[in-house]
Amino acid sequence: MTLAAADPGLVTAESEPEVRPRRRGYASYVGLKVLGSIGSLFFMLVVNFFLFRVLPGDPAHTLGRGRLSTEAQVEAFNKTYGLQQPVWQQFLTFLHNTFTGQLGISVQYRLPVSQLIADRMVPTILLVGTSTILATVIGVYLGIRGAWGRGSRFDKVTTGTSLTLYAMPEWWLGLLLIAALGVGFWIFPGVFPTGGLHSPDVDPNSLKGVLDTTWHLVLPVTTLTLAYLADYSLIMRSSLLDELGEDYLQTARAKGLRDIQVRNRHAVRNALLPTTTIVALNIGFVVSGAITVETVFSIPGLGLLATDAIQVPDFWVLQGTFLVASAGVIFANLIANLLYGLLDPRVRT
Amino acid sequence: MTTTATDKPRQLSASQLARRRRMAAWKRTWGQFRRHRSGMLGLVILVFFVAVALLAPLIASSSGLDVTKANGPVLAPPSSDYVLGTDENGRSVLTLLIWGARVSLFVGLLATLISMVIGTLVGLISGYFGGWVGRITFRLTEWFLTIPFLPLAIVMSTVLGRGLFNIVIVIGVTSWPGTALLIRSQTLSIRERAYVERAQAIGAGRWHQLGRHVLPNVMPMVFANTTLTVAIAILTETTLSFLGLGDPTRVSWGTMLNGAYEAGAITTGCWWYVVPPGVCVVLVVLAFTLIGQALEEVLNPRLRARR
Repeated sequence: MTLAAADPGLVTAESEPEVRPRRRGYASYVGLKVLGSIGSLFFMLVVNFFLFRVLPGDPAHTLGRGRLSTEAQVEAFNKTYGLQQPVWQQFLTFLHNTFTGQLGISVQYRLPVSQLIADRMVPTILLVGTSTILATVIGVYLGIRGAWGRGSRFDKVTTGTSLTLYAMPEWWLGLLLIAALGVGFWIFPGVFPTGGLHSPDVDPNSLKGVLDTTWHLVLPVTTLTLAYLADYSLIMRSSLLDELGEDYLQTARAKGLRDIQVRNRHAVRNALLPTTTIVALNIGFVVSGAITVETVFSIPGLGLLATDAIQVPDFWVLQGTFLVASAGVIFANLIANLLYGLLDPRVRT
Repeated sequence: MTTTATDKPRQLSASQLARRRRMAAWKRTWGQFRRHRSGMLGLVILVFFVAVALLAPLIASSSGLDVTKANGPVLAPPSSDYVLGTDENGRSVLTLLIWGARVSLFVGLLATLISMVIGTLVGLISGYFGGWVGRITFRLTEWFLTIPFLPLAIVMSTVLGRGLFNIVIVIGVTSWPGTALLIRSQTLSIRERAYVERAQAIGAGRWHQLGRHVLPNVMPMVFANTTLTVAIAILTETTLSFLGLGDPTRVSWGTMLNGAYEAGAITTGCWWYVVPPGVCVVLVVLAFTLIGQALEEVLNPRLRARR
């Protein structure tokens, strides 16, 4: 009883052991999670507002760095962005602007930030999506095989490799792959393109263009997949190891089930639950990885947009990409939480 | 433990006894840790890098870092003069590597210290105090956890400007929520134990309970988590420096890789400038991860068995 109440996760450990927590219906669970996400979103907006407006001191100086020289210009800038108003009014203006998609004008490109972000969204989603799916599937498979044959050679090799990959900055791995497979080394010629999303002479909308883009994405997707596969395989391995001692596996074996059935139908199903949470929490890290990998492979996505903005510095672009990345992660977390509630009714307490 | 207590029972005050007991616990932990093979491997790697970082002025003269004094060939492959070749300014890559260890380790450790202090405080408070204090700190932790780490770090360091301490602050301030959640769940379980209840019954105040009973029992987990956080802090420093947000006046492994990337070392095949800094990062991060995992394994069953 106490164990069951304390088990489902860190979050529910508060519940009193004597009173059995009432199980909510799925609808109210969804409502609660959506409310939580709205809270996160609001908090993120507050952080964003204060980071860019209050922290650096004079916003006219930081946000329009280098372009505003005369007093009149500074005044005009302050007026445009309502910077002479009290902070709470500025915050309301900021909220209004954000929700109506007015994210400012890029210093670098002289284009609205919202338009830049819309243009750069697709490559990032493609990269992050493909890599997350591949890393999860391969990582979970390796974790299962490793844990089931604990101490075997396969287990030792995959654990060692996973730990090394985990310790590697993903962009450095990308650099090595570019050098080895893109540029070529010693007597081996380079096979893959070293960067970009498509060759200059190919129409990206034709069949040839799609194949060309796929070819360009091989190395970056491999990089991100390798970098995050390590996480998933280590977590899957340890959560399956936790299940190994359980009585229900003994029962399943006693029933005469084959080893593979015990593994896939009983142990893995339970061990997958913690892994689901981690995959959701990790989406933030994959987004971070995409930033550096896009930079290294010069893929014109949100990540490259952000890192290009660092050197200028183009604060409106940085703020916009930060907003989009955070909102994306919060949304992905919400989806994962809702899925988790479907898979495991215990968390709905 | 019990023998020392019975040998001289009158000379020991309560705090001395507690200290002895804690020392014995640490000794026992070390005994178990020593038998942990991968943990010991991590420790050996770490000791090596710490020694290199501390002895850097003796191994390689700091004048080798000065761009104006560099007189080697530009981007030359390894030779007898330059064991690991030279960079785009004609400096020895090996010298940069040795001095880079100092900055990378320093930033990693100091940032972790900040992160641990914030994380432990928030975790203790949100776990120990119920009511709105606990609820608000818990929500705050959760919200911070959903903000993607690297974008936040990039934005903060762009706003704050480039500099060694700015990068430390950025990493420290952005990496605490994970620790806070861990400490919170530990505190929640310790709060329910008999000895805390007993202390409360005798009339111990909240801060006394926190400081004397909860904190010492959470400490081992904090310790294990610290080593894992250092790994993340060093990785983050490398990434931020690679993106050009590092301190431009100091050499770290991240700024070396930034230099290599900017100088086109990847496409021209200057592997000696790209591979060594990355390998050093991997080794140090791996060392901290191995130590942290070994510590968790050693400390966790003990915590469970004590219940």
